[in-house]
Amino acid sequence: MAEIRVENLKKAFGDFVAVKESSFTIPDGSFFCLLGPSGCGKTTTLRMIAGLELPTSGKIFLGGEDVAFKRASERDIAFVFQLFALYPHMNVRRNIGFPLLCQGVPGAEIRKRVEETAKLLRIDHLLDKSVSGLAGGDRQRVALGRAIVRRPLAFLMDEPLGTLDTEFRDLMCEELRQLHNRISATTVYVTHDQLEAMSMADHIAVMNHGVVEQLASPRDIYDRPATVFVASFIGSPAMNLLTVNSRIAKGAKAIDLQGAPIAIPEAREDAPGEKLTLGVRPEHVRFSDSSPFRGEVFGTEYLGTTQIVTVATAQGHLKARLPSQIAVRTGETVGLTLAGERLSLFDAASGRAIRTALYEERPHV
Amino acid sequence: MSDVLLRNITKRFGTTTAVDHLSLDIADGEFVVLLGPTGAGKTTTLRLVAGLERPDEGEVFIGGERVSQLEPAARDVAFVFQQYSLYPHLSVHENLAFPLKSPVRRLAAAEIDARVKRVAEMLRIQHKLNNKSTQLSGGEMQRVAIGRALVRQPSIYLMDEPLSSLDAKLRGELRLELKRIQQELGATILYVTHDQIEAMTMANRIGVIDGGKLLQIGTPREMFEDPNSAYVAQRLGQPQINLLPAGALPNGRIPDGAVTVGARTEHLDLSKSGSGEGEVEWVEHLGDQIRLHVKLGPHMVTTLVDPDSELVAGDRVAMRLKNPLYFDANGARLRS
Amino acid sequence: MTAAITAHSVVEPSSASKRVAGAIVIVYALVSMIPLFWIFATGWKTPPDSISYPPKLVFAPSLEGYCNLFTTRTRQTPEYILGLGPPQTICDRITRQRDMVIAGPSNYAPRFINSLIIAFGSTFCAVVLGVLAAYGFSRFKVPLKDDLLFFILSTRMMPPIAVAIPIYLMYRQLGLSDTAMGMILLYTAVNVSLAVWLLKGFIDEIPKEYEEAAMIDGYTRLHAFFKVVLPQAATGIAATAIFCLIFAWNEYAFAVLLTSGAAQTAPPFIPTIIGEGGMDWPAVGAGTTLFLIPILVFTVLLRKHLLRGITFGAVRK
Repeated sequence: MAEIRVENLKKAFGDFVAVKESSFTIPDGSFFCLLGPSGCGKTTTLRMIAGLELPTSGKIFLGGEDVAFKRASERDIAFVFQLFALYPHMNVRRNIGFPLLCQGVPGAEIRKRVEETAKLLRIDHLLDKSVSGLAGGDRQRVALGRAIVRRPLAFLMDEPLGTLDTEFRDLMCEELRQLHNRISATTVYVTHDQLEAMSMADHIAVMNHGVVEQLASPRDIYDRPATVFVASFIGSPAMNLLTVNSRIAKGAKAIDLQGAPIAIPEAREDAPGEKLTLGVRPEHVRFSDSSPFRGEVFGTEYLGTTQIVTVATAQGHLKARLPSQIAVRTGETVGLTLAGERLSLFDAASGRAIRTALYEERPHV
Repeated sequence: MSDVLLRNITKRFGTTTAVDHLSLDIADGEFVVLLGPTGAGKTTTLRLVAGLERPDEGEVFIGGERVSQLEPAARDVAFVFQQYSLYPHLSVHENLAFPLKSPVRRLAAAEIDARVKRVAEMLRIQHKLNNKSTQLSGGEMQRVAIGRALVRQPSIYLMDEPLSSLDAKLRGELRLELKRIQQELGATILYVTHDQIEAMTMANRIGVIDGGKLLQIGTPREMFEDPNSAYVAQRLGQPQINLLPAGALPNGRIPDGAVTVGARTEHLDLSKSGSGEGEVEWVEHLGDQIRLHVKLGPHMVTTLVDPDSELVAGDRVAMRLKNPLYFDANGARLRS
Repeated sequence: MTAAITAHSVVEPSSASKRVAGAIVIVYALVSMIPLFWIFATGWKTPPDSISYPPKLVFAPSLEGYCNLFTTRTRQTPEYILGLGPPQTICDRITRQRDMVIAGPSNYAPRFINSLIIAFGSTFCAVVLGVLAAYGFSRFKVPLKDDLLFFILSTRMMPPIAVAIPIYLMYRQLGLSDTAMGMILLYTAVNVSLAVWLLKGFIDEIPKEYEEAAMIDGYTRLHAFFKVVLPQAATGIAATAIFCLIFAWNEYAFAVLLTSGAAQTAPPFIPTIIGEGGMDWPAVGAGTTLFLIPILVFTVLLRKHLLRGITFGAVRK
């Protein structure tokens, strides 16, 4: 296993810059997610790490060695495209052993490693079964086995769960993460699904338009989004973003919303512009009859334990996540309070987060 | 608009029974979602209503009329497919107008144009009308596909996982929009999906279907709070309901015959306690949810906690059940 | 590393290997075009130039080949020729230089028209039948479907000429020998198996949901077929049509055997153009050059479809 370090990596296709100079380090043994909407450059970045795409400039260190311009076959990595791609004419054992056979590993060694791998994935009882008779989860495990049997320096995965049913995807996420806990292999995982990233990754790099907007732990990304884009991309429903015409200076502890002061984490810098974007997560919105910040209930979405209530306010629609027991009627006027210490503030012009007490807390690792 | 009745319909393909004596009443203006895993028979049910398949047994009524043996064109239904929904050789406008130009309708050109414009506006795609359908993004394509059903004003809209090919964010947006349009038009919709969030957020009533059988049907709240079986309880709710042996946690009276107890977050009282029977194995921060995975002897219990919970891995917790759900050996609900 | 690296991807070839591959393609194209060039050049030579040794690469172009192609000529005495009025056309002039006068039109033009009628007619029939059969095989439960498809393909397994004698006898009985109808039927029969197989592949790739959607929207299956399936199968139809046309246009063996007069096509006619003292090579060259044009135009027009057509199987959208 090895650390992966990317320095000033850039990729242009003609005039179109897919990845702008990005640098990041993926620590040895960590589960790293590249997350972003389609076309953000995440897959291109992964393909450059894999050696399927040559960078325009920049360096890629795999275990200390610069491999940016080496062929894919000269890099010791495993690339998992679609976990379901198995060879239907081979049994489980031969499917898993196939990559070793290609490398010319002796038969006895293949046997040993295949059995070790199968044990790790808890499919050792299936080794001599045909792959066509396997259940979905087991097929997925066999495909994973084919990737890990080689013991490569790193695993690269490009949306491997993209085509699965939601429920099955949750299950596989959990399993992938548990497998990672067992073998601690450096893993780079590309996805556009924030839930997958949040549930599995140690570190997430959120990409947009070829730029890494934030690189942090899932919790930091959720609690302290660095930009408006990150704030709106993470979370389901995403962070509420309200435009506020208010200046704040260093040391400010409240802003003005509809004439009512709203507590915010203490600002540690002056906001550069006239307009601010106030970011509040749906679970940090509460109903309170006495609050001067008011709105009309636009709709509710029942989710079982919780419900999402959309409230139309003067600043736009605001979604609140509330326990299902609270009865809410569409059309009624409600007062809203926001959990002051958990709010994010962004400069409306640049979309960049304003440094506040919240952001200066020791980040989660 | 009118109501749709399915009476005891059965459909077999060779030796497999895709739909097994299924009966379902859909009231005028109702949004019914059939929820089930792949292969449960939900798409076949939809195709039976549409007339793309003929039932081996049973009858389908639309607006009081028996339509089981009618051609799809004669049934006055609209169908939104999961994918391949737009004709690639036609523009967006032509795609939307296509159903109105059919031989059974043949509306005047001006009427067609007016309806297409109205629907395009409703779906916010009016600026794309002259695009080729292949030049649209995924979300726009599905909007047009839904629009092609909306121009028709049929008795019932049949939708086969129309949002499943979209990414999470778009799915969320279109979910709300579809619900809004349905309410505005008072449309009758039969919608099938395997996504419980879609079912919970849009449906007036959810029908859980498995193995071709309708297991239970009711409002989202009824289905979630008062399931008839362990299977239905597992289909709804994230994280999935915890199913434990009936005596695994302290609780008052256990009904006779109870083998399994089902506990969701709201059925669990959790408190930090050095002598607690559970041990927090792992706190999962999903952002919108914080899931606590608690080890309870040989079992794992997953529950949600407040964002400001101080619990960390290794803490011991005491757990108590509050009005949980009990199931017998066959998974059927026991009500005390 | 600097900006010198221009390759986009390692799965894509580098520019050097692209250049080498390009050079190989060009050389191959040039080599395979030599006979074509030779035919083209011969059409513009005079008969003596066409048989001179060593062959002339540089020569004075002459229309004699084209004149001879379209005319029949008779030899006359110089006195008789002088007694005629001034030459009416270029061909008149060229012919008289060889002490001959034009006796009338040759059979080339009617043979060429026969070729057009028979080749395009049979292609049309084969594609129409093929697309209907392919749709049926693709969409409906046909009893013995696999056996039928195999049977259709099996008609292609022996060389067509192996059945030439039975067909000859059959055609004589039916009065189809040397008729355009007979040739259209024959070429259609040979081509339809290819058409069914190719088109079935294309139609299989058009999701049936499109027709189902149309049928729910109030169209009949036939309407849906015309409005939804045909436009999307256009690429496949074009590719199939080209393959069928190329076969029917170039076919020689059956044409020699079954046609001799009224329905004779150009391929058996061209080699029979005899001049004085043997083959009239410039006329043959001219005839062949003209013969190449229709198929060239047709192929160029449908080039885009053809390229996608031969990679069928990989086609989506």
